Amino acid sequence: MEGKEMICVSCPKGCRITVQNRGGEIISITGNDCPRGIKYAQEEFINPLRILPTTVKVIGGELPLVSVKTKKAIPKRLLLKAMAEIAEIEVKAPVKIGQVIKSDLLGTGVNLVATRNIKRADSNPTKF
Amino acid sequence: MKLEYDLVIIGGGPAGLAVALEARRNAVKDILLLERDKYLGGILPQCIHNGFGLQYFKEELTGPEYAERFIAKLNDKQIDVKTETMVIKITPDKRIIAINRDDGLLHIQAKTIVLAMGCRERTREAIAIPGNRPAGIFTAGTAQRYINIEGYIPGREVVILGSGDIGMIMARRMTLEGARVKAVLEIMPFSTGLIRNRVQCLDDFNIPLKFNHTITRIRGGKRVEGVTVAQVDNSLQVIPETKEEISCDTILLSVGLIPENELTGEAGIKLDPVTRGPIVNENRETEMEGIFACGNVLHVHDLADFVTEEGEIVGRAVGEYLKRNIRFRSRSIKIVPGDNIAYVVPQHIDFLVPGRKKIKIFMRVKKPAENDRIVFRDGKGKMLVSYKKAIVTPGEMVSVYLPEILLEDRLKNITVSTEEEAKE
Repeated sequence: MEGKEMICVSCPKGCRITVQNRGGEIISITGNDCPRGIKYAQEEFINPLRILPTTVKVIGGELPLVSVKTKKAIPKRLLLKAMAEIAEIEVKAPVKIGQVIKSDLLGTGVNLVATRNIKRADSNPTKF
Repeated sequence: MKLEYDLVIIGGGPAGLAVALEARRNAVKDILLLERDKYLGGILPQCIHNGFGLQYFKEELTGPEYAERFIAKLNDKQIDVKTETMVIKITPDKRIIAINRDDGLLHIQAKTIVLAMGCRERTREAIAIPGNRPAGIFTAGTAQRYINIEGYIPGREVVILGSGDIGMIMARRMTLEGARVKAVLEIMPFSTGLIRNRVQCLDDFNIPLKFNHTITRIRGGKRVEGVTVAQVDNSLQVIPETKEEISCDTILLSVGLIPENELTGEAGIKLDPVTRGPIVNENRETEMEGIFACGNVLHVHDLADFVTEEGEIVGRAVGEYLKRNIRFRSRSIKIVPGDNIAYVVPQHIDFLVPGRKKIKIFMRVKKPAENDRIVFRDGKGKMLVSYKKAIVTPGEMVSVYLPEILLEDRLKNITVSTEEEAKE
């Protein structure tokens, strides 16, 4: 049997929860002060998911980057792999908020979408 | 061009945007919003992470998305907006002197002014870290702007001082962009940031968070080469035998935010020494009539959502003020911070408002406490009302309601403290 330690993020208290498990099967959850901790620990243990916010290169935009996010949370273990894939993407200005930048990222079924508007650069793009 | 307005808002971040929209909803007509950057939104466009909007919109947004919700509405509302415009002076008779490239020097007369200038980060100089002065030392927010807006990565091997939210968020961001974050150091025995950020920004990437640790020296020539770190004792004094070296090329500082109140101070508006923002009544009006303040210029908030809420209080208050729809109490009631309370906003209650049932009081505690009560007492020590709190920490602002019915005419002061549950 092994124990996985985690901190519950359901409230500011931050209970230290231990998930005792055998080969990935949960045996017991301890350390939580309230029922929300059980739910959190189960989800976090079985399949932790995270929204990935990052940026993508823009061609011909008023700014060199557009901020993006995965429309839904993706498995935590895929975060770095997703970053490598996103690093290869370039998008042409103008970009609209909500625009799909890459569909079905890494076969997750989740789209990468723009989180802001980027106008086309008129004559002089902003230089920093 | 137009140089007279009913309302001039200084700062186009979440506070200023909320004021503009809410003032319009409250029949304020002539509104001018002044912003010194190229775009509206304040710090939000560079806060590309999610976690915004859960309170206000009941859905999770990133910073740029949160800003866009307000900016999009602004376009239909015929509010005059001037970006790249810097306010250099405000006066007690509500004149505003501002400059920009197109108009040159502007003298604007307002009937009301809202201060919504936000805050800035404390720097290395503010905390006086000894050592060399090489390149590679940034505030976390500056690094955030380089990476998320301008497209530069400020370094490859990073040590972060301070476990505030921006520091932790930048630890994740730099890790995702391929840098190695060697440690996050926190001088206090607890984090001042949100617990979610600790888990999702540090623990997710196995970034060590060292409590009771600080940087004692920065080494480097042209560029940072490393830092000496050490543990501190209970009185925050360095324990010399715990010193160790960490090599790095970049140091990020997330060591607190300071409300940006130079304009406020020069106008002669009284500041609270703890919040470093103006002293305000429940309308967030400063001690100079018709000049209001909200958002991080008033006190540093944990969430943009709370800034929006405060901006809306001010938007409504400006509407009432311009309609002359205000009645004063026979005397003002001071809200005084007591045991374990660092500060309270608003600092006083001035008005009689028909139909008002309760007033929301915001405060920050000095130290974490569990199963305490937030207790309000009158000048003689008699308890007025108390609220149980399972947990309070300095990293999360506490808000409780003060029922209007308790605000008798006799009251001059109300003290708010945290008290152990057993006492009552």
